[in-house]
Amino acid sequence: MAGVNWTDSTIEAAGTTLHLSRAGRGRPVLVLHHETGTLDRLPFYDSLAARYDVLVPHHPGYSRSPRPDWMRSVRDIAVVYRGLLSGLKVKNAALVGLGFGGWIAAEMASMAPGDLSHLVLVGAMGIKPPQGDILDLAITGYMDYARAGFHDQKAFDRVYGAEPPTDQLEMWDICREMSFRIAWKPYMYSQTLPHLLGSVRAPALVVWGGEDKVVPQSAAKVYAKALTNAKLEIVKGCGHCVDMEQPDALAKLVTTFIGQE
Amino acid sequence: MHLMYFTEQPMSAYSEQAGRDFGATALMFPNSHFDPKEGSRLYNNYIEQYMLAEEVGVDGIMLNEHHNAPFCMQAKANIFAAILAGMTKKAKIVMLGNPLPLAENPVRLAEELAMIDMISKGRLVSGFVRGGGQEQLATGVNPAFNRERFEEAHELVVKAWTQPGPFRFEGTHYQHRVVNPWAVPLQKPYPRVWIPGVISKETIVWAAQQRYPYIALNTSIEQTKKIWELYDQVALQHGYVGGPENRGYLIQVHISDNEEKAIENARQFRWMQGEFTGLAHPVWSTPSGYGSPTARRAFVEFAAGRAINPRGNTSFEQQMADLRIIAGTPKTVVAKLRRILEETRPGILALWGNDGRVSQEDSLTCIRLMGTEVFPAIREIAKELDLKSPFEANAPVHLRYSKDLKPAAKAAAE
Repeated sequence: MAGVNWTDSTIEAAGTTLHLSRAGRGRPVLVLHHETGTLDRLPFYDSLAARYDVLVPHHPGYSRSPRPDWMRSVRDIAVVYRGLLSGLKVKNAALVGLGFGGWIAAEMASMAPGDLSHLVLVGAMGIKPPQGDILDLAITGYMDYARAGFHDQKAFDRVYGAEPPTDQLEMWDICREMSFRIAWKPYMYSQTLPHLLGSVRAPALVVWGGEDKVVPQSAAKVYAKALTNAKLEIVKGCGHCVDMEQPDALAKLVTTFIGQE
Repeated sequence: MHLMYFTEQPMSAYSEQAGRDFGATALMFPNSHFDPKEGSRLYNNYIEQYMLAEEVGVDGIMLNEHHNAPFCMQAKANIFAAILAGMTKKAKIVMLGNPLPLAENPVRLAEELAMIDMISKGRLVSGFVRGGGQEQLATGVNPAFNRERFEEAHELVVKAWTQPGPFRFEGTHYQHRVVNPWAVPLQKPYPRVWIPGVISKETIVWAAQQRYPYIALNTSIEQTKKIWELYDQVALQHGYVGGPENRGYLIQVHISDNEEKAIENARQFRWMQGEFTGLAHPVWSTPSGYGSPTARRAFVEFAAGRAINPRGNTSFEQQMADLRIIAGTPKTVVAKLRRILEETRPGILALWGNDGRVSQEDSLTCIRLMGTEVFPAIREIAKELDLKSPFEANAPVHLRYSKDLKPAAKAAAE
């Protein structure tokens, strides 16, 4: 998007090295990516950066951030990010979590419920779906898994290319290994998280792709119920990766929710 | 020379067409295709095979285990080891091996193995493996910590065997309040540990660091030589010289009283190599974090169908030509095995005799000829080539029990 200038940096947080992309001005918005890592730039990130001060860290062990061998849980990442925001003196950020990043965002909200302006969870992992199971990375091929995040396969082709390069496959494997290290069992959810969300009073928006084949929509209702001040939006005709498949629709939902101040 | 009989214990009694239709049969091929009546028949056939192997004088019976896969119906090697501990009298029970990372409680494993050693009156060889990738998925064990768990479980098992209890164990993956098993091995300092493997350099290096014999699983002569080159380098760094007592080799060999029949039966060795059942989907056999990071790129390319299997997948004829499959009458087989012994100089040799749908009658013939004709000839060749087993060489059970260690430079000079 014209006029968005991203700055990339390497930053230390809680003894961990993180790659951070940052752009825009205004209210701080922390965007947390999927378990498939993230591309450096995405239209959804640009849309938010046109209105807000957007921070996109690469999770430890994912994409451009090196792997901390000691890390054992998704909650560890949440603590590292609390350290990141504190170190940057960013207060009261809006947390936007995409899929796996939604789990991290929910953990961050639960551990410091007074330090966030808004919580946006998009197809969030982290809670055991009452019906259905979260798609298992471990038994699904790289391409099959990445494509399962999209209802419209042409949208996948636009983002990754119809035949993603081997570098991308290798990166998916690295991300996968980190996911196994921190979310193997129970797979991609916490048994305690739903009980810890009760103190979150910040307004929450729970967004789900109507055709999500990665995280069953039944989990959306659990999040909406566990969060005191939540509303649920379903994006029709869209898969799990709403941010990549329908970036404009998601940006509109998020900006309307967070507001323009 | 230590000579063993091995079978994967195939569960071949299912619809071939169903297997072909499904594709990769390891891990996800539905167990509705498992017929327990056939399972009962086959388990008892395998016991009969092992009893005959003992009768015809094999030195050892090699056991292994796999999960969720028709190519091996032995889901817990310790069960067969326990059966053989009670039923046999002379043969070593050689487990190659227990998949350590799959153990949630290595102390229990140490107890089971100690029981097997005592019941068998000291005939246990307790090999350990990492377990295949699909084994981790079948048992829900995290593949990303496979090697760490392997090494830590090994440390705990050996401690449970050698260090008087009670003691406490606080590891990274295993924590135990009270380790004090009331079952310890008969053999001292502990039963011999042999480490089988096929491609991971890390495992070869680790085995050499421990001075544990490494058993190359059906590798080509060239691959086997490279394995010994690496093993011997590490051995020198640790102050000893690698030799036949550190080297084991498993090879697919079917023996019959007639050449044509031997070759026909040997085709069954292709049963588990992708010819029609396949082994496993690449992301199942090599889940992320399981393999060596240096092989990551090659594996993702293979998994995405962009490259050939880095483990290789050669035809039956090529494998016969490369001596990775040997089939024939005792005379033919001995001549071919001689070449392998001359080129790779192992002190431990396991013949994987029967696979797939080879009949029980032909399997028993193979074992009988193995014990009465092939092994006596191999023993003569081994004497001629000075190929001593760890038992004959009285090799230390572990590096720490060595009495012959020298500084690396001096060891290298010898």
